[in-house]
Amino acid sequence: MSNSTNPVSAAKPHPKLQSHFFSMDQQLEASTLGMWVFLVTEVMFFGGLFMAYIVYRNMYPHAWVEASAELNWKLGGLNTGVLICSSITMALAVRAAMMGNRKQQLINIAITSILGATFLVVKFFEYKAKFEHHLVPGPHFDPSLEQGMQIFFSLYFVMTGIHALHMVIGLGIMAYIFIQAWKGTYDAEYFAPVEVSGLYWHFVDIVWIFLFPLLYLLGAHGA
Amino acid sequence: MKEADVQQEPSYLGAPYGLASWLLTKDHKRIAILYLISITIFFAIGGSFAAMIRAELVTPQGDFLTADLYNKVFTLHGVVMIFFFLIPSIPATLGNFFMPIMIGAKDLAFPRINLLSWYIYVVGATLTLAAVIMGGVDTGWTFYTPYSSVSSTTNVTTAALGVFITGFSSILTGFNFIVTVHRMRAPGMTWFRMPLFVWANYATSLVMILGTPVIAITVLLIAAERALHLGIFDPRIGGDPVLFQHLFWFYSHPAVYIMILPGMGVISELVANVSRKQIFGYSFVAFSSLAIAIIGFLVWGHHMFVTGQSIYAGLVFSIITMLVAVPSAVKTFNWTATMYKGAVVWDSPLFWVLGFMGLFLIGGLTGLFLGAMGLDIHLHDTYFVVAHFHYIMVGGGVMAFLGGLHFYWPKMTGRMYSEPLAKVASMLVFFGFNLTFFPQFIVGYMGMPRRYHSYPAEFQVFNVLSTAGATVLGAGYLMILLYLVYSVVKGPKAPMNPWGATGLEWKIQSPPITHNFHETPVVTEEAYDYLHAPAPTREVTHHE
Amino acid sequence: MSSTLPLFPPSASTVAGDVDALFFFILAVSAFFAVLVSVLILYFTFKFKGKHGEAGADIHGSLTLELIWTGIPFVLAMVMFVWGAQLFFTLAKPPADAMDVFVVGKQWMWKVQHPEGVREINELHVPIGRPVRLTMGSEDVIHDFFIPAFRVKMDVVPGRLTTMWFTATTVGEYHIFCAQYCGTKHSGMIGTVVAMLPEDYEVWLAGGRSTGSAVQNGERLFTELSCITCHKADTSGRGPTLAGVFGSTVQLNDGRKVLADENYLRESIMSPQAKVVQGFQPIMPTFQGLVSEENLLQLIAYVKTLKPAEPAPAPVKK
Repeated sequence: MSNSTNPVSAAKPHPKLQSHFFSMDQQLEASTLGMWVFLVTEVMFFGGLFMAYIVYRNMYPHAWVEASAELNWKLGGLNTGVLICSSITMALAVRAAMMGNRKQQLINIAITSILGATFLVVKFFEYKAKFEHHLVPGPHFDPSLEQGMQIFFSLYFVMTGIHALHMVIGLGIMAYIFIQAWKGTYDAEYFAPVEVSGLYWHFVDIVWIFLFPLLYLLGAHGA
Repeated sequence: MKEADVQQEPSYLGAPYGLASWLLTKDHKRIAILYLISITIFFAIGGSFAAMIRAELVTPQGDFLTADLYNKVFTLHGVVMIFFFLIPSIPATLGNFFMPIMIGAKDLAFPRINLLSWYIYVVGATLTLAAVIMGGVDTGWTFYTPYSSVSSTTNVTTAALGVFITGFSSILTGFNFIVTVHRMRAPGMTWFRMPLFVWANYATSLVMILGTPVIAITVLLIAAERALHLGIFDPRIGGDPVLFQHLFWFYSHPAVYIMILPGMGVISELVANVSRKQIFGYSFVAFSSLAIAIIGFLVWGHHMFVTGQSIYAGLVFSIITMLVAVPSAVKTFNWTATMYKGAVVWDSPLFWVLGFMGLFLIGGLTGLFLGAMGLDIHLHDTYFVVAHFHYIMVGGGVMAFLGGLHFYWPKMTGRMYSEPLAKVASMLVFFGFNLTFFPQFIVGYMGMPRRYHSYPAEFQVFNVLSTAGATVLGAGYLMILLYLVYSVVKGPKAPMNPWGATGLEWKIQSPPITHNFHETPVVTEEAYDYLHAPAPTREVTHHE
Repeated sequence: MSSTLPLFPPSASTVAGDVDALFFFILAVSAFFAVLVSVLILYFTFKFKGKHGEAGADIHGSLTLELIWTGIPFVLAMVMFVWGAQLFFTLAKPPADAMDVFVVGKQWMWKVQHPEGVREINELHVPIGRPVRLTMGSEDVIHDFFIPAFRVKMDVVPGRLTTMWFTATTVGEYHIFCAQYCGTKHSGMIGTVVAMLPEDYEVWLAGGRSTGSAVQNGERLFTELSCITCHKADTSGRGPTLAGVFGSTVQLNDGRKVLADENYLRESIMSPQAKVVQGFQPIMPTFQGLVSEENLLQLIAYVKTLKPAEPAPAPVKK
């Protein structure tokens, strides 16, 4: 594995080279490795919730099916499509940064952000419907529903809620790199922030790809 | 420019000057000092809670504190000591300070994230202190459901959020160390030339990044259950309270390895130095750190043998628990063999090594009693367990931390502390510690349960001995605090290499300059090359 | 009680000696290694005290030694594992002829019910020489029933039943402690086991005020709560007959087969939709909130007595 640790050469260093690194290469490799390590921690974070899901699904298989049937799989499916498209535009944004193409960066980051915001809007309407149908756990939860369904909904809200929080943070990151792209900060030598933002965005997308079938597609739809 | 002890360039302590320059620093050494001050404050807070516990337990009746107050005190003793002292301790102080220097780097990979981790620690700690001031928490540091999620009327949500936030400090430290070791090593610094302290902190970092997120989500679920009724542990709606224990211990068992692995790294450095000899079995010691980190993730169920979990799950956890003892044994034997045919120096670092070895032996071996399922049934939740974990975490972890603090003190501060006082303090701590915790093994086997505010009279003698020991132990710690602080103000200046030690950190001035090295070192020697190390000295040379 | 300083708990059950034996074995091994390593490092400290600036010998390691001190601890640890596991199996499997006693833990007291109906609070009278099986439930949070003199304990978990067993060997009074932190009066949730000679136990039992045996109470509840309207003695009810269900293997409507133990019965009352018997509709209402843990134990005790009807005897020819 190459380890670009040669001392700074006589040529003028890139303005974005931080003083404790020797080269832009080393800086990029460190940033990327850092984001991958961070994503591992995110896998463990969501992993705890998936473990709880597995345990309770095993305990209450029937309740799980009944509860999943209450979710709107069409809206969930729409959101899945929205996120997949946003990942495509994100990847295009990273490529544009690598090529130093300012216009393409701005367009793609903007579309990614709009799609991300769309996701959140759809989620808002879904949550609202849950509230109206007495499916929010707690004192107002429909008492006639079988045991186990309340736990399903607790997990639903925590899992999609934390996912949504990650989306909000993602939108913040998009805003930041949009501004930087506007200023022309990124070029072929310095595009690490866009790359690691892309990794983060793809990860949040992948979490949803797991959440969608596990939460939405268990119910006896169209039977 | 040849390194002499005192250079014309100011050290990291002196420049830049001013409070703002400290609070907005990116220098890993300054961040280490910020952490050192913070964790010392929390050690004092946690220690005060301990004093209250021991004061209460002198008499069998619950006559000093009310039951509720006692429950809050032992909860907060645990929460503060574990999350705000032990988990950060060595990695955030000695690790932050020395990891980059030991591998020849100018800083960690992400200096700003390093500073962020300290701020996150401060915010989490403040929130938890707020929970204390608002009336405390009484669930035990283990937050078992459904008591914590449904019944307790104390500030569980606030404390849970405080712990949640602080967890990110740990995650960021771990992730910074991993990237640093992979990407920032100087030319010639191969993996097998790195000091074992680096290996130990690397292994610890793996545990930090893989384990901490799980406790983060677990305490978040407690907060969600209490504040938002998003319950999954409440048996009244069909939840399984034991699921909480699985999620909790999945982190909290590896967490104990976060608390001891860095200490083992420090001891490796000290043993080699006091023996003035190559570490015996370098690769075995290095790999045993990794083995402990990995195997440590597979044993969490040994905290749950009596929860009614399946016997077969218990068998798996028990056998792997027995297995995780083996790498620790390997390290102990390697350290012992290092001293064989050494040229042992009777300076204060030796005392910390001997103290650690004695206490870690007892702590580690008593883990075997608890890993044996049939015996654990009797011992679970008694004072035997309390004694076991204090022997490792305090007898091992704190002793190693103090040993490292003393060993690296001249490098970090540029001052020498009083050697005679340090020797006396280490013996006071060793004696006081044993007197505090050894009687607890006995009273635990007799059946005294943990977290008891009052107890049957036949347990009193041992509790009195334990409290007497705690007083001596506290005096020892206080003594250390006093002479170390005094040394910063009035101590003699330290040379570059007072212990005649090997390693890049001893080839730069005491204290180091901000960028650590004037030029990037190119490494050609193996680690612990004591055949070519300078002699220990207290003489300070000046740059002409 | 010994007048010298007690260092050890009394040993008053059939397993206490076995537990202590394992303890002493591990103690011996630990003491051996603790002393060995301590003596070695102290000896090396003195014997190899160096002169100023001197370096130690140029030794890097030894594969042989590494294998030895990896192998020996490994073997010893495995011996401890096997011994501990065997002991655990003994402690986990009550003898078939054990006497059933029900325990309910609640903040901050222990309620004990003997099968004949005698109840106790914070006390447990047992005959020596006879295995006793405790079936335990919690009304609120997790507790733990611990009898140090017998070397046994088991968590008492809300939402399910746990069991433990012991055979007392020595007449006397022994501590009961709650060994899982449960709130304010955790350290007050203590009691006494009174182990008596069998004759004395019978006398005590007869003299105790009985509010009906667990089975009698269970039968009463079975009617009062209308269980009987669906679970008839034959197969004509809307629910499966419960005759002979305890201990049998039940086929569920989703293909699973489960053992009908105490926890299955308890879950069927509290979360009936979780496991529905094949061929039946999921229409049983939940009794969560309508029955206490004690009631559950009584209902379970009653259902355990339900046997399939005897075939009619052949008519006797006069």
